[in-house]
Amino acid sequence: MDMKTLYLTVPLAPLAGAIIAGLFGRAIGRVGAHTVTIAGVAIAFLASILIFQDVLAGNTFNGPVYTWLTSGDLRLEIGFLIDPLTAVMMLVVTFVSLCVHVYTIGYMADDPGYQRFFSYIALFTFAMLMLVMSNNFLQLFFGWEAVGLVSYLLIGFWYTRESAIYANLKAFLVNRVGDLGFLLGIGLIWVHFGTLDYAEVFQKAPQLAERTISLIQGYPWALMTVICILLFIGAMGKSAQFPLHVWLPDSMEGPTPISALIHAATMVTAGIFMVARMSPLFELSDTALSFVLVIGAITALFMGFLGMVQNDIKRVVAYSTLSQLGYMTVALGVSAYSVAIFHLMTHAFFKALLFLAAGSVIIGMHHDQDIRNMGGLRKYMPITWITLLIGSLALIGTPGLSGFFSKDSIILATYASDLWGSGFAAFAVTAGVFVTAFYSFRMYFLVFHGPERFRHAHDTHDHEADKNGDAHGHHHGGHAAPHESPWVVTVPLILLAIPSIYAGWAYIEPMLFGDFFGSAIVVNHAAHPAMQSLAEQFHGAGAMVLHGLVSLPFWLAVAGVATAWYLYMVRRDLPEKIRRKAGILYTILERKYGFDDFNDWFFAGGARLVGGRLWRWGDVFAIDGVLVNGTARAVGRLAAVVRSLQTGYIYHYAFAMIIGVALLITWFVD
Amino acid sequence: MTFPMPDLLPAAPEILVLVMACVVLMFEAYAVRGQADRSEIVARPRVAGYVLTLLTLLAAAGLTAFTANGVSATTFSGMFVDDAMADLLKLMTYLAGIAAAIYSRQYLADRALMRGEYFALLLFAVLGMMVMISASHLLTLYLGLELLSLALYAMVALRRDDAVAVEAAMKYFVLGALASGLLLYGMSMLYGLTGTLELNKMAATLAGGVDNPVVLAFGLVFVVAGLGFKLGTAPFHMWVPDIYHGAPTAVTLFIGSAPKLAAFAFVIRLLADGLQPAHADWQQMLAVMAVLSLAIGNLAAIMQTNIKRMLAYSTIAHMGFLLLGVMTGELNGYGAALYYVVTYVIMSLGAFGLILHLARAGFEADALDDYKGLNSRAPWLAALMAILMLSMAGLPPFVGFYAKLTVLQALVGAGWIWLAVVAVLFSLVGAYYYLRVVKLMYFDTPHSHEPVLATPGDARLLLSVNGLGVLLLGLLPQPLLALCLEAMRLTYG
Repeated sequence: MDMKTLYLTVPLAPLAGAIIAGLFGRAIGRVGAHTVTIAGVAIAFLASILIFQDVLAGNTFNGPVYTWLTSGDLRLEIGFLIDPLTAVMMLVVTFVSLCVHVYTIGYMADDPGYQRFFSYIALFTFAMLMLVMSNNFLQLFFGWEAVGLVSYLLIGFWYTRESAIYANLKAFLVNRVGDLGFLLGIGLIWVHFGTLDYAEVFQKAPQLAERTISLIQGYPWALMTVICILLFIGAMGKSAQFPLHVWLPDSMEGPTPISALIHAATMVTAGIFMVARMSPLFELSDTALSFVLVIGAITALFMGFLGMVQNDIKRVVAYSTLSQLGYMTVALGVSAYSVAIFHLMTHAFFKALLFLAAGSVIIGMHHDQDIRNMGGLRKYMPITWITLLIGSLALIGTPGLSGFFSKDSIILATYASDLWGSGFAAFAVTAGVFVTAFYSFRMYFLVFHGPERFRHAHDTHDHEADKNGDAHGHHHGGHAAPHESPWVVTVPLILLAIPSIYAGWAYIEPMLFGDFFGSAIVVNHAAHPAMQSLAEQFHGAGAMVLHGLVSLPFWLAVAGVATAWYLYMVRRDLPEKIRRKAGILYTILERKYGFDDFNDWFFAGGARLVGGRLWRWGDVFAIDGVLVNGTARAVGRLAAVVRSLQTGYIYHYAFAMIIGVALLITWFVD
Repeated sequence: MTFPMPDLLPAAPEILVLVMACVVLMFEAYAVRGQADRSEIVARPRVAGYVLTLLTLLAAAGLTAFTANGVSATTFSGMFVDDAMADLLKLMTYLAGIAAAIYSRQYLADRALMRGEYFALLLFAVLGMMVMISASHLLTLYLGLELLSLALYAMVALRRDDAVAVEAAMKYFVLGALASGLLLYGMSMLYGLTGTLELNKMAATLAGGVDNPVVLAFGLVFVVAGLGFKLGTAPFHMWVPDIYHGAPTAVTLFIGSAPKLAAFAFVIRLLADGLQPAHADWQQMLAVMAVLSLAIGNLAAIMQTNIKRMLAYSTIAHMGFLLLGVMTGELNGYGAALYYVVTYVIMSLGAFGLILHLARAGFEADALDDYKGLNSRAPWLAALMAILMLSMAGLPPFVGFYAKLTVLQALVGAGWIWLAVVAVLFSLVGAYYYLRVVKLMYFDTPHSHEPVLATPGDARLLLSVNGLGVLLLGLLPQPLLALCLEAMRLTYG
């Protein structure tokens, strides 16, 4: 098969599955729906493997496959850019998507919207692939908006729940803020580069590096800085970076497979991918990189803090995702793009694993998500227990596991950077290790160890469970013991656990220090030496593990685990005491630094206030009153005047004609 | 002195119609002699005139279509021309005449008007229009105009015992005479200025420059005033509502359709042909008249309670739109105006045909209130009426939309953007009263629940064709539009 056909197969196979399951879902039934979509994604996955191998062999592709329309100089095309960066993303997306598809069979087994759900996730896979495979900004934007749309649909999948509707509206609105920046960035690129094609833009970028534009008269800005910051604002929305992070925790209202697929492994990493893809642009602006760095550092540390006080199992993982996205952004900020992509990949595996394992726990707990009601689940759900433990260990950076390699590389790269803000970032990512270890193992201990609290705690949560009575309709009351999940759930867990363990060890050398990414990622080593100093320190994966055992991050992680163990296993009365002592601090964390309250008060309330004013003064008075009704009244009055001219007297008519002639004569005869 | 025998072939359809009009008149006069009871004669409908008229118009259509070749043929010493525009307009005129005859039959029979007079007058009016359409000389133009006008005056007064109709005819006659006077006065000045009555020669003389521009402007004003009257554009529009309202609906139908074609030809022949060099002058006059017509037509139509009056005002507005196309002074604009007038005639025939269709003995169906709840009484007729009204309002996908669009495009193309904006705004106002008819038919409760009388099948069929044609021409606007543009290109390109 010719490679171009293969490239086309990758996005089109899931699309076909989505269309069949979406339009004919009723006809083909549940089994039919999951069969076609899984087949579509499996084909995409296999094709991605082939393409990956082809790319490893050195074959890349960049060209249009379809021209949509031409307007003047503006050519709107569907085109693919297949290089190592794309190939990695394709593999990650299709692999995680495949696992999630299989997992969904078990998780959504009893949901009435079964076919619709499969259609959505297959559609998402298509959109995400279009995003990563794009060779131009228009298609990137299309994929960008399409994943946003499917995400919106899926967060509100249980559309009868008010909280889900609130969450999807929130996600939609917050993403609009980011997308506006993104679109402005693309617009600026079009204006100054005259093309939307990646290759042409990157080629012209160095020539425009010195160009400035004047946003406010008299204050010139470097064009590249403005473009990059605008594009990054788009990434902030999509990848949930501070302060546009507020939608991600709420998005946990969607079904768990979605949290794993979209809100942990793939869509939220679109921003990271985009910045890495735009590395030739970002390299030209230190200001933009510093901006990226500081935003990432803030997200990495402060979102981690929030994870420490959450009691909803999915929210803990969600804040952990925010924090890890912050890590990736920090890596981008210090020009360690390949490290960011590397962490993106390992994170996709272990975070999808954590989410799916959390989902498995939720199934076992009959859709109770409160970790305070769990405990001692280890013996009831052995597979879930071991896989979640692997995921957590990978997340906190246990030497040898995948997360260790990617995260330590980020930390080291941050120390090596001398960009403005890198000192703060280095502190944030180092401190973040302790925080990550603490909240991960707090959750782990509360869920799998200690006394079995689910037997008596359930009564208070019955109504909540009923309200949440979603996919897994069989709610047996609170007293049944948790049970291990069916094989369609556990197999994906095992599948994801494998790369969570070895992916770091296996790929760090080629991805970070080899020539793997080739020209896909451009780094100005003279100005941003982080990658080079990283390479100097690297002496093989084994040596890195050994070194890791004696470095600060490892001991911080150990301290985090130990603290969690002490507080939640040994002295279980302490957390309550700390909470009471810490008063204000705890409240701040509990209220998530007040962002939601501020947004509700300022943006939502403000918008409603302005909207109300506009409605009253603008719509009711000015538009309806003056323009619409006023015009109607004026027309009515005029019409009455005109009609009164029609007297019926013939001499009036004749007179009107004569006057008309007289007027025309005075007008035109001079 | 030798008098060369003119080539009669280009005028063959005119000759046919003239002969047949006389035949119908004679037949009417002699065929009924010897029948004793006069009241019986009056009451009984006679179909001979009707059939003869239809046959005549069909034959003339065949003759015109057969001889149409896109080449301009001049005869009668340059007084008469047969060209592509003339052929197209004449065919439309026959069509309008045929439709008028078919739509009117039942109405006329109900009112004891189904006699030869109506049809003889109709044929004479058609003949007058044909002469106007083919005129290439001021005398021929005036001859055709007067023939048409006299026939129409008589048709309006067809119901001699109806005071309203007679009053309308009287007004029409007096005002028409005044307009003819203005027109003749203007023509005499043009003759004085150029020394010719032949349009081509006049254009050539004017193109060479005139000694006295004041006389030219004077002449133009009077000629344009005369034209304005014939088209029914403001400020020479006052007769339109009264005559539309006062005349029997069958006559209104006729006045509201075919004569617009002739008036259009009149404007084109006189302005675009004979007075093209004075384009800059008459362009502004037409612009003023167009804007006034759009304003007065659309605004006054809102206040009407009688649908015939409402349509009369709507005609004024439509003619304003037509002038917008002509005033551009460009081939595109003429083509757009031709397309506009052709589609307007089709819509107008349908709308008045529907009124005729709903009328019955002793009931005119001309009050807007009569249309309340029509949908529940006659859903198909209501649907047809809705199509026609929406098309007149200029909504896509009906043909009225494309007609307006074409004119607006020509306007914008010629750089008259502000006029296009004005036209759109007034069309917006106009949409109100058209949509009101739709609202009345579909959302209001009917006054009476009497079923609509069964009318002759041919009229019903033609009405359906007419209404659906408006939709079809809107869905496939290109052929007719291309035909109109091509006809204009062949004639004046």
